[in-house]
Amino acid sequence: MVDGLLDWFRLIGAKTINAVWRIGSGTRFLFLILFHSGLSFRRFGLTIRKIFFSGVLSTIIIVVSGLFVGMVLALQGYETLQVYGSEEKLGVLVALSLLRELGPVVSGLLFASRAGSAITAEIGLMKATEQLSAMDIMAVNPIGRVVAPHFWGGVISMPILATIFSAMGIFGAYLIGVVLIGVDVGAFWSQMQAAVDFRYDIVNSLIKSFVFGVAVTAIATYEGFDAAPTAEGVSGATARTVVTSSLVILALDLMLTAFMMRGWN
Amino acid sequence: MERRAVDLWVGLFVVAGFIALMMLALKVGNFGAYSPKDVYVVKAHFDNIGGLKEQAPVRSSGVVVGRVTGVRFDSKKFDAEVTLSMDSKFKFPTDTTASVLTSGILGENYVGLEAGGADDNLKQGDVVKLTQSAIVLEKLISQFLFSKAQETPTKPKEE
Amino acid sequence: MSEDNLVEIAELHFAYGARPILKGINLRIPRGKVVAIMGGSGSGKTTLLKLIAGQLKPLRGGVKVDGEIVHELDHNGLYRVRRKMGMLFQFGALFTDISVFDNVAFPLREQTDLPESIIRDLVLMKLHAVGLRGAHELMPNELSGGMARRVALARAIALDPSLIMYDEPFTGLDPISLGVIGNLIRRLNDALGATSVVVTHDIQESVKIIDYIYLTAKGQIVAQGSPQELLDSSDPLVHQFFHGEPDGPSPFHYPGKNYADDLGLKAAHG
Repeated sequence: MVDGLLDWFRLIGAKTINAVWRIGSGTRFLFLILFHSGLSFRRFGLTIRKIFFSGVLSTIIIVVSGLFVGMVLALQGYETLQVYGSEEKLGVLVALSLLRELGPVVSGLLFASRAGSAITAEIGLMKATEQLSAMDIMAVNPIGRVVAPHFWGGVISMPILATIFSAMGIFGAYLIGVVLIGVDVGAFWSQMQAAVDFRYDIVNSLIKSFVFGVAVTAIATYEGFDAAPTAEGVSGATARTVVTSSLVILALDLMLTAFMMRGWN
Repeated sequence: MERRAVDLWVGLFVVAGFIALMMLALKVGNFGAYSPKDVYVVKAHFDNIGGLKEQAPVRSSGVVVGRVTGVRFDSKKFDAEVTLSMDSKFKFPTDTTASVLTSGILGENYVGLEAGGADDNLKQGDVVKLTQSAIVLEKLISQFLFSKAQETPTKPKEE
Repeated sequence: MSEDNLVEIAELHFAYGARPILKGINLRIPRGKVVAIMGGSGSGKTTLLKLIAGQLKPLRGGVKVDGEIVHELDHNGLYRVRRKMGMLFQFGALFTDISVFDNVAFPLREQTDLPESIIRDLVLMKLHAVGLRGAHELMPNELSGGMARRVALARAIALDPSLIMYDEPFTGLDPISLGVIGNLIRRLNDALGATSVVVTHDIQESVKIIDYIYLTAKGQIVAQGSPQELLDSSDPLVHQFFHGEPDGPSPFHYPGKNYADDLGLKAAHG
């Protein structure tokens, strides 16, 4: 019985060491990407293709999700606000929720699932079919030619997607709140404008989404590049990308929010 | 996909993002909000500022005429020293009253200015002499209870 | 003499972690010849190619290509040597997201500053050499296995390399494609004045085109010679390999327990 318990501890220890090792290995990979990033900007066409791959192809899910999230926020928010006679604060509620949290976080999670997994799969399959090896033998560095453009494509796309998400969310809230429910349109916008600060809310939203973009794309490219060249290897890597990215986004969100909170007034 | 088509879609994508950002900045936030270029700075002391924060508006007759740019505890007078950045377009007499008011019932605190009648105007570095502190709810309630308690003893006398 | 040898491998040892793969390999690839490296599955043939290309570093011993010690070169030096090499991977390893034309043009676009018009001509010439000039607009997923491999071959020779390496080029092809590939390997080698190394375990096709064979087993060279010498050899291992005998020095049965023991027969008989 004690043996079984000890085995269990050994397993936890081994998994922890493995996780820490991967974090180190992943960070080293990130530096490799940055080091080989020159080509991504000298031949920007490469990066543009990857912006299309990660960003443009994710736009539909972002737009639709943003719209729905905004609409639900408006419905739920109205429910509670009208108890206190504060329906006109609906715009404030929706805008701040979206800009500060839901925009960057939800679009980050969606990005991880849609674009992150696609990046991992593409790089992993290129590795499995020896395309990366072939490139290497042809004296073209695969990290500079394939991985780095994917990285920068994702990093550039993420803030754009988060912004579109927030904007669509507010529009959705407007549709439900003003058009459907009948909150005063003037109050909706003016209260919102009074409460939302460009520097604090909008810029912070961009910073958050940028950080999430870096995290998700770094994880996605690492898992793809590191995947075992088999079917199980690539599928496992794709799954790990989505799970790890999601957890990292939430953890980073906590850190960034705490960091950004103003008013120890 | 053709190279040209990819470029087009990426371009549209970036433009869409930019439009979304502009919409957020202008319609949603107060980017074009009040940040006057010419300001003069005055100070005011309050016994209690309630929940007044930096960046709170300074209004007169409900119109924004400046911003609160500093809140500090004065350890000599043991009160609060508030720094106001006033738009140079608007001049106020030296006997103006500054009060800490609340916008709406659950709203934020702001500084309300009521102009006096003096001939001289406030200038850079002046101190607003007449101030009224924020209304603290507990004090209001205790005042109310006290005045209610004061009323009742008179009744039996009349009978 | 070393000037006559494009590739020289001396006392090469290599292991994947704790598993030894190559235990003291010595071989020479003379210029202009087509040399085959043969052996059973898992005998380290592909590893040898990767060591020659510098993708792996040996545990001990040296690999020299054109006089330069490959594994001691820095990044730039290694890439410089690789520009003289072309490699055909087992299933082609074509870039699946771009067309046949772009695949063959890839090394030209990456390594040279030639204008597009010249690149176009070169690409079409290379494709013509492998018989696929008409297919240049197809995508890799529209090609058959044999065609994909030929396109990969065109890509491997795009920069007119001095050393062409083939990793199992005959695997999984129909008889006609086998003949085509074999033919191409020989003709291209002679036409380009290059040297070719073919890793394979296909006897029939290779003996038609190969000049010299190295036979590996258990991480070492067990036999070498011209195809005819090895076919006539009476060495049991060589004989088993070259005549396709199911059992011999290379055993049929995977090592394990005695058969009777496994079935529990001995216990029954006491």
